[in-house]
Amino acid sequence: MTDISMSADVLIIGGGLAGAWAAVGAAREGASVVLAEKGFCGTSGVTATAGPGHWWVPPDPPELRARAVAERMARGGFLGEADWMARILDLTWRTLPTLAGFYDFPRDDAGITQYRALRGPEYMRAMRRLATSLGVRILDHSPALELLVADDGVVGGARGYARQAGQDWQVTAPSVVLATGGCAFGSRLLGSANNTGDGLLMAAEAGADFSGMEFTNAYCVAPAGTTMTRAMAYSFARYFDADGRDLDIPPGPDSNRHLATALAQGPVFCSLERVPEDLRAHIPTIQPNVTVAFERAGIDPYTMRFEVTLRGEGTVRGIGGVRVHGGACETGVPGLYVAGDVATRELVTGAISGGGAQNSAWALSSGLLAGGGAARRAMSQSRAVRPLRPVGQGGLRPCAAVKPVDLSAARALVATEMEATDKNMARRAAVLERSLAELDTAWHEIASHAVSEGAGRVRAREIAAMLAAARWSKASALARRETRGMHWRADAPAAEPGMQARLTSGGLASVWTRLETVAQAAAA
Amino acid sequence: MIEVVVTDLCTGCGACVQACPSNVFATEYSGGPAVIARQDDCQTCFLCELHCPVDALYVAPDCDAVLGVTQAEAKASGHLGRFKLLSGWGANPEQYPDAHWRMGAVFERAFALAGVKRP
Repeated sequence: MTDISMSADVLIIGGGLAGAWAAVGAAREGASVVLAEKGFCGTSGVTATAGPGHWWVPPDPPELRARAVAERMARGGFLGEADWMARILDLTWRTLPTLAGFYDFPRDDAGITQYRALRGPEYMRAMRRLATSLGVRILDHSPALELLVADDGVVGGARGYARQAGQDWQVTAPSVVLATGGCAFGSRLLGSANNTGDGLLMAAEAGADFSGMEFTNAYCVAPAGTTMTRAMAYSFARYFDADGRDLDIPPGPDSNRHLATALAQGPVFCSLERVPEDLRAHIPTIQPNVTVAFERAGIDPYTMRFEVTLRGEGTVRGIGGVRVHGGACETGVPGLYVAGDVATRELVTGAISGGGAQNSAWALSSGLLAGGGAARRAMSQSRAVRPLRPVGQGGLRPCAAVKPVDLSAARALVATEMEATDKNMARRAAVLERSLAELDTAWHEIASHAVSEGAGRVRAREIAAMLAAARWSKASALARRETRGMHWRADAPAAEPGMQARLTSGGLASVWTRLETVAQAAAA
Repeated sequence: MIEVVVTDLCTGCGACVQACPSNVFATEYSGGPAVIARQDDCQTCFLCELHCPVDALYVAPDCDAVLGVTQAEAKASGHLGRFKLLSGWGANPEQYPDAHWRMGAVFERAFALAGVKRP
């Protein structure tokens, strides 16, 4: 039974930064566009709570970009692709100024307009206004549950649940762009509650494959008991143990490893006393939510020590996702495209996190490219109505006898296996094998027996998606028997020259991985 | 977590019902003040406060526990509307101009102070 039925040239699933740019990219090509968002397009996704400073290098002199790309290739363990990096630098540089009129770009002290760094809430408000101005139809509070696929395997739409109306929806469209974000595996990473990997599961059910799923071990510091994972001020942090001993952790890519080691011993406290006075005055208007959270907790971070924790960032600031098969972010499944963090970002980050810089430039660029490609494909298709079938499995259509399944336990299992630093940050084969076995068992329990109805389908699918993504992650982490970029194998601490290659993965009933050279992966 | 709706400020406009990415507020709209229906689903993102036109919402930074802040306490806290004010969102944006563009320079200062090369 479907209560809401629509058709369009392009369906975008997900209304965070990448989905909004994809909608804009498709609409600018003249396509009719429907965007379905689990929450609200404007507040949902990890951009809305953050402040992306895009990867931003001027075109002149040309050596600047060449140098930036070369540095990134080296730091990323040579898993990136220089031409993709150059492409997103160019698209980002040319595109952000076109938001003027929707975003009030500030000027610096010299009066020069600043385009690079945008505040999340205002950025997403601007994206919603821009998309709406181009005629994009937005379905808020409308999580997608499953893709619709024709007999020949071509994707032709999706179904979902309009949770505020309590109605099912269906959108048929010759092209579908998945922009559901990364998977945070249920961590308390700021703004990530809707980032449950839904698009990863839907892509797999349609036949897509994945890449870089071993790179899921980025973490961010936050005041204990809070979601406020905004790292900027912590670049000045001093950390102390419970006895007040200075832990002497310098800022830099290794600081989280030191923090994790300290947190395994006991509580860790932080002081931001080293933040210079002149900067303290600016922090409330650089990151207002950071100041608000401290004020309400009664913490003056410049004079008081406060307890901190680490939050897992999953594939959000991790790297892996749906494998990109072409220049318009095709997935290899006809009619299905990916944009933003649901896609692998290895192309532009290599084996280290893109942080806010590469990731936001990727969200913008992959959104425009996928939306544009999806629109051109849709508008070149015949309008003949094709029979479509829904292909959702885990959590929706059990493959064996229905029986009660403890979804909460499965959710807790994912969170533990994907966030505990002794399981996920520093990795060892034996621990990874145990994790994978437990996740496999939980997956098969849901895939075999779980059935859900009404609003309960949303939660069941979220948990199934997180389990599926966790299995690809653990299997990939096992297969990469070396340390490269963020992937840290405590039992294989050096990089292996033979593994300067991508790990692709996939599978639902059973999970597979395959090592491919970057050239092979790029040619696929 | 969202703690409380200050009912004598709330006009029942429904902006928070729409804006909350986690669908925390009751959607069975009666025309009265907003009702927190699914508090456990709150992701502590504070964004409802930006979208509330009358500063009637109070989110506490604690994401694991409900503190039980009352309407009177929220009003007396001085925090209602504070996130909007600092964000320059809504009235008088010139009072707190967007300084987000300074973020890069903050990192530069930190790494210089620590004597560490910025990655």
